[in-house]
Amino acid sequence: MNTLDRGERVRHDADSPEAGRLPRLLPPRIAGGPAGLTEHIARYGPLPAPGAGALWRERLIAEVGGSGLTGRGGAGFPTAAKLRAVAAGRDAPIVIANGTEGEPASAKDKVLLAREPHLVLDGAVLAAHMVGAAQVIVVVHEAVRELVAAAATERRHARADSVKVKVMTGANRFVGGEASALVNWVAHGIPLPIATPPRISESGLDGRPTLVQNVETLAHVALIARHGARWFRSLGTPTEPGSMLVTLIGALNRPGVYEIGIGTPVRDVLELAAGPAAPLGALLLGGYFGTWADPAAAGPLPLSAEGLSAVGASPGAGLVAALPRDCCGLAETALVTRYLAGESAGQCGPCVFGLDSIAGALEALAAGRSFQPARLRRWLGQAEGRGACHHPDGVVRMVRSALKVFGAEIDRHARGWCCGRRPAGTLLVPPRAAA
Amino acid sequence: MTGSSARLRVNPIACDARGLCAEVFPEMITLDDWGFPIVLDQDVPTGLRSAAEEAIRLCPRLALRLDRRPVRSISAEISGRREPAGPSEG
Repeated sequence: MNTLDRGERVRHDADSPEAGRLPRLLPPRIAGGPAGLTEHIARYGPLPAPGAGALWRERLIAEVGGSGLTGRGGAGFPTAAKLRAVAAGRDAPIVIANGTEGEPASAKDKVLLAREPHLVLDGAVLAAHMVGAAQVIVVVHEAVRELVAAAATERRHARADSVKVKVMTGANRFVGGEASALVNWVAHGIPLPIATPPRISESGLDGRPTLVQNVETLAHVALIARHGARWFRSLGTPTEPGSMLVTLIGALNRPGVYEIGIGTPVRDVLELAAGPAAPLGALLLGGYFGTWADPAAAGPLPLSAEGLSAVGASPGAGLVAALPRDCCGLAETALVTRYLAGESAGQCGPCVFGLDSIAGALEALAAGRSFQPARLRRWLGQAEGRGACHHPDGVVRMVRSALKVFGAEIDRHARGWCCGRRPAGTLLVPPRAAA
Repeated sequence: MTGSSARLRVNPIACDARGLCAEVFPEMITLDDWGFPIVLDQDVPTGLRSAAEEAIRLCPRLALRLDRRPVRSISAEISGRREPAGPSEG
C-alpha cells in the first residue's frame, strides 16, 4: 500500500540545488495516513546515531545554534540556548514535546503530527540525547494521539531509539500548552500554569531539569541533525532562518496548513491558499494572541518577526486569519476575547476579573451599546503583566491592536452603524466556550 | 541590580484581594478596579523597607514577598514562560 515515490527523496546537503526548496516538513504524500517508519527513513534517511560522550552532544547543540532555529510554538526563543540550559542541569533531565496546540484556530502541529509523526519523534529523541535525558514525553492533541502513539510503538518494535518515548493527550484548554501548565499537567493532571520561579529548565517535572519544546521545532531539529546548519539557513532570512508552518484560515479559497520560508511576503503566503475569497477588511496575524493589521499595510511585509514589526505584529505560532470586509472586526474581537476570558486558568484575579470586564466592554461596543474608551484602556493596562503566566498579556495585545485597526468602525458603532453583513464567528473557529 | 536591591512581588495565584497591603503600604501599593494590588515595579527605598515588611507580614494569603535577587533578564525566558505570541511553548 506504500505508494511513496522514492524519487521524492532529495539530496539535502547545503550546496545541492534542492537545499533552498520547500517543502521540508510536509512533503507531498500520495498514500493517506501518517508516514510509516520505513517510508520515513526512505525519504529522510536514518536518524544520526548518537555518539558517545559530551563532545557529540556539544557539537550537535552547536549545529542547532548555528542554524539559528527558534521555537515555533509562538515564543520564538533560540532553541540551542534552551538545550544548553537544560543540559547544564545536575539532575537527569527530561524532554517534553509540546504538541498540545490549544489554540482552536491553529492546526499546524496537528497536521505535522498526523502526517510526519516520525520526524517529530526523531527530533524529540535527538533533543533527549543532546540534554542527556533518558525519557521523552510527547503531549499531543487528542485528535492525533492514536496516530502518534502508533508511530511510537512502531519505533519501539524496531528498537529505533535508546530513550523511552511516552505519548499522552494534552488538556483540551487554551492555556494547556503554556510550559509550566504543561509540566503541571504531566505531573499532576492539572493543566494550570504555576507561579514561577523555579525555572522549568532547572526544576520542572519531578524537580528535574525539563526541556519543553514545540513539536515543529523538534521536527526542524531532526532535519538539522541530518543536513546541518548551512542547509537549514538556505531558506528564511539571515536573522530568522529556515522554514515554518503556517495555518491560513478565514476568507481564503483554500484555507489550510502550509510551509513557507520565513520572510515570505504576507500576500504571497495568502496566495498559497489560492488567495482571498472576498475583499479583505483585516488580517489577524500570529494567533488569538496576535495582532490585527490592515491587509494593505501587511500584504507586502515579510512574514517574519522583523518584517511584521512594522505593523506591531509577529508571526507567533504561524496563524494568519483573513477577515472579509463584510464581517465586523469588533464583533470578531469581542467573540475571541470572550473565548479567551473563559479560557483563563482562573487562578489570578486580574486575569479572571480583568478579561471578563474587557470582554464585556467589547461586547457592548460591538452591539452598539455604551462604550467608554478610557475605561477600557484602563482595564487593559490593569490586566497586562499581572498574571502568573502571559495569558492576560496576549489578550491585551490583541485587543489593543483591534482598537487601532478598527478605529473607524468604533466611530460607526458609536453612531449605531456596523459594517457587519455576516454574523460574527464566520471567520474564526467558533469558540468552544460559547457552547 | 545589586545584591542590596529589593522589589516587592505579589504571587498573583495566592492573592485573594483582601487589600490589607494597600492599606498599610499605600506608598507603593494601589488597588486595581477589582481590588487586586498593583505594586510599583521599583526597588523599595531603604526608608520604606519596614513598611514593606509590615505589608508582607499582614497579608493573610502570604502572597507578598521581597525579591532580593538581581533583576532577571534573559534567564526568565529560558525558564520557558510563554511570551504572548502564541499558546504553546517551544
